[in-house]
Order: sequence, then structure tokens, then C-alpha cells
Amino acid sequence: MLQYLIKRIGMAFLVAVLLMVFLALLVHAVPGDPVNAILGQRSTPELVRTVREQMGLDKTVPAQVAQFVGHAFQGDLGHDFVSNLPVTNLIRNALPHTIALAVSSLALAILFGIPLGVLAATRPNGILDRLTGVVSISLITTPSYIAGLYLLLLFSLTVELFPAVGTGSFSHPIGYLQHLVLPAVALALGWIGYFARLVRTSMLEILNANYIRTAYAYGLRESVIVYRHALKNAIIPTVAVLGVGLGELMGGAVFVEVIFSRVGLGSLIVESIETRNYPVVQGCVLTVALLFVLANLLADLSYRFLDPRIRVEEST
Amino acid sequence: MTVSVPPLPRRARLPGRGSLPVRVARNPAGLFGIFVVTGLLVLVAFAPQIAPYDPAHQDIVNRLQGPSANHLLGTDQLGRDLLSRLIFGVRIELQVAVPATLGALALGLLLGLAAGYLGGRADNALIVVMDAIQAFPAVILALTILALLGPSLRNVAIVLAVAFAPAYARVARALVLAVKQNPYIEAERSLGASSPRIVLAHIVPNILPPLLTLVAMNLPSAIGAEAGLSFLGLGVQPPTPSWGVILADGFEHVRDAPWAVIWTGLTLMATTLGFTFLGEALRDQLDPRLAGALH
Repeated sequence: MLQYLIKRIGMAFLVAVLLMVFLALLVHAVPGDPVNAILGQRSTPELVRTVREQMGLDKTVPAQVAQFVGHAFQGDLGHDFVSNLPVTNLIRNALPHTIALAVSSLALAILFGIPLGVLAATRPNGILDRLTGVVSISLITTPSYIAGLYLLLLFSLTVELFPAVGTGSFSHPIGYLQHLVLPAVALALGWIGYFARLVRTSMLEILNANYIRTAYAYGLRESVIVYRHALKNAIIPTVAVLGVGLGELMGGAVFVEVIFSRVGLGSLIVESIETRNYPVVQGCVLTVALLFVLANLLADLSYRFLDPRIRVEEST
Repeated sequence: MTVSVPPLPRRARLPGRGSLPVRVARNPAGLFGIFVVTGLLVLVAFAPQIAPYDPAHQDIVNRLQGPSANHLLGTDQLGRDLLSRLIFGVRIELQVAVPATLGALALGLLLGLAAGYLGGRADNALIVVMDAIQAFPAVILALTILALLGPSLRNVAIVLAVAFAPAYARVARALVLAVKQNPYIEAERSLGASSPRIVLAHIVPNILPPLLTLVAMNLPSAIGAEAGLSFLGLGVQPPTPSWGVILADGFEHVRDAPWAVIWTGLTLMATTLGFTFLGEALRDQLDPRLAGALH
């Protein structure tokens, strides 16, 4: 396990460094002068010089990469072109709201997706199973922005149950939660469908195992067999995708944050792209990608911790 | 003396028999997929004949109207007919989604072949690079590249091809590793066949059919991503009637005239669902091992 841990953390570190190199080099992928591309119509000789200096574009490419990676490791992601504030300050203000959104969506997906999958697996090929199948695929294929727009139309503009715009403040938890409900549901719907399908598949496999048949033969109640014995093992593959889930939810948050005018990394990225504020885009994207790598690492490690078969295989 | 010959038994009709479209259509979800995709292809081919109005024709007097006999789905903020814009929008969606998906396939195939066939350090290096690219959620990667390239129909297709390529590369690599083990590859090599010949004549034809199934399953993601990026204003630009642009226009006036959002949402949902059902039915018929390969 320790050997795997070291190898896996080393791999995550390597991916993190590659991410930074990729982001530092990306600016050179633009045809022509990157500074002119970034500044667009605002380009003036003075501004071009400032931006070139700020981004280190007056140095050689390897020196630029080394500077970006070195500064990123020290927590320095450059300055916002517009306000001249450090990018890390902007990220610090936005990140908690995106994490709150992604985590609450993931919680909703687990809360509804897993029971839906169990329900389908316990009555395979029955009406309920088929219905759950259609609902799950429909949820998976519905883009989060469509779900968000429909929820906004229905529950904010027609019924006026929840606020249509804004984020609220952490100091007023009730108001914050009210602002969070619709965006979190919009983001969670696809993952509810995905978890339901995943749990159904692994539950069907487990419910045919000998130890489950033995449990039935002992006369245990179905609910005990399903929830205490089968689900415990069937849930393991779901844990493996939680990391990917959290990362994708943070990516999907872009749309929901724009639709509900929420403060967050997603809306900050879109805003910065519109103003061609490249250091902010670079910093936000790096933050999301690093969180994605971290979430994957944690999910992978917990998956190995939860599944004793992997530990036994490794020790033999 | 006459000998009575018993009639030959009819060929048994096994459940899996019949041509591919017939087998796909036997499944209700597959039938729905065929129906939707055929409908979309008809719209692409005959958009000018089917659409009641020119999608760019403005009629300011009748702006933001609800559904009526003149405008079946209503009009947008410039009085343009929503039905006509949605019909012409199919062309834009496929103009982005098809090249993006085929581009991802070509790029992924190239990387997967290199990693799987060469093995060793090349394989390790490519895996690390793919891990790094996949560490960006697809939307974020697309946004990052668009931030530099600028929004346009061509750039969205490029960005989506890059974002989707690692998934194809992974599947292609796994398929190459499996095909490479076959004795006929070994036999070819011992007969002196060159690596390009082995790859092009034996490996590619074997791994292409399952990858094409993935293309059918990936198209809805590309359509959804294009519409999403255009909705954010970072993809196809107005006045081109991309579904994302129609959605963005509708969102501006969602309080007074929700029709554009409602109809575009339903069209997008039916399209992605149709392609997904068709892709799943094709996969079940052609290669059930690929279940979940792109998810």
C-alpha cells in the first residue's frame, strides 16, 4: 500500500507540474503575437509592454515556463489586468462558493442516485427498472444549462419559490441555502442518473453472489440483505468515480453560475474570457484542474482502502 | 416410385438476425434514436424547403410572440421565426459536432496507435500527457483554449476535438494492445512486414469499427458542448442560428417570452437523447464490451 501511495502521489505531482507547463505554453499556441491576441482592441504600446513584462513574455520560452511554475508553487498566479489585484485574491473570494455548489450537487447525486439504482436492481427488468432506466438516461443526456434554465423558469419565475439570481452570504445560512437549491439541483440531475446506472449494474452483479443467496437462505429480511450486505460492496465502484464527479461538477458549474448569476470560479472564468484577462483565466483553470487531480487522488486512495480485495492482491 | 422429399426447414429466425438497422430498430430506444437522427438528417438536407421563413428574416412588429398559426413556435427579440431558426440550427450543430468528433477520433487514434503499438517509454509518456489533459474538465479545457483562439464556429470544432481526443486515445490504445497479441500479427511480423503495413493493414481495420460506435455515442456530447459554449457567448457568434445562440437570445428575454428557451431546450434534449439511444443500440449490436468506455 505504501509503495502504491508513493507512486500515486508522485504521479499526481507530475500531472500537476505538466498542467502548469501546459498553461504556461498555451499562450504561445495563439497565431501571431500573444499579447495582441490577449489585449485585442485595447492594445496600446504601453499596455503591450506592461503585459509582456507581467507575463514574462519578454523572456525565453523555457524561462517563462520556469517562472510560471515557480511562482505558481509559491501561490503567485500573477495580477488581474483590469483591477491589478492578485489573481489569488479573486480566486479566494470565488472558490468557496464553487466548492459549496459542487459538493452539495455531489451530495444530492449520492442521496438520490444510489437509492434509485438500488430500486432498479432489486426488480430487474420490471416496470420500475425500465422506468428508472429511461429517467436515468434522460437525466444523463440533459445538459446542466438546460436543466438550470428550466428550473429557473419553473421555480423562480413561475412559482417564485427560490431566488432567481445571486449567491447570498455565508453569514446568512438560510438565505445562502435558498440561493443554492436550484443551481445545485440543476448540476446534480445528470449525476443522479449516472450514479443510478452505476449502482444498478454493480448491485445486479452482487445480488447474484453466493453470500447473498446464503443470506436469503438464512431468512434475513430483504432490506437488511440489500442495504447492509449488498450495497456495502456495490457502492465501491461509485466511490471510484466520485473524484471525477467532483471535478466535472466544478467544470459544469460554469453554466449554472452564469444562469443564476452566482459568484464562483466558473463565472469568473467566463467574465475573464470576455475581457481577455488571461492571467485570471490561467489562475482559475489551474485551480480547477489541481482540485480535479486532488479529488481523483483521494477517490483512488479511498477506493483502494475500501476494497479489501485490492489490498490482499497487493500484499500477495 | 416416387420419393416424397420433406420440405426444407425454414431458416430459423434467431433474435440477433437481420440487417443492422433492423436489429437496432427492434429495440424501442434504438427505434427512437433512428427516428430522431433520420429526422435531423432530413432537416439538414431540406431545411430551406421545410422551414416556413428565412431564419434571418426580421419582423420587429411581431417580436417576442408566443406560438401562433403564423409562427408555430413563436418569434425571438427581432421577430425572427423560432421554428425556422431551430431547423436551420441543425446544420450548424452538425457542422461543429461532426468535424469535432471525427477530429477527436483521428487525433485519439493516432495517439492510441503510437502508445499501444510502440509501448515502453512512448506509452508511459503519452499516458502521463493524456492524464494531464484529462485533468481539465472538458468544459474548462475548451474555455481555456477558446480564451486564446477567440470564439468562432471553426475554433469550437477544434477545441472540442482536442478536449475529446484523450478518451478516444485511451480506448484506441486498449484495443491496439488486445489486437497486437493475435498470432496473425506475429505471423505478419515474422514474414517481414513493416510496422506501418501491420498498423495500417491489420490493426486499424480491426479497431476502427468499435471506435466508430464511440463516435455515434460522442456526438450528443459534442452537440451539447457546442450549444453550451455558444450559450456563454464563446462559441458560434450571432446572428448564426446555432441552438446555443438561440438559447442565449431567449435567456435575455426569459421573463417576458420564455418560448425560445423552452423549445430550444426540448430540441436539444430530444437530439442528445436520440443520438445516445442510437449509439447505445449500435454498441449493443456491434460491441457490447465498449459499454461505458467514454463515461
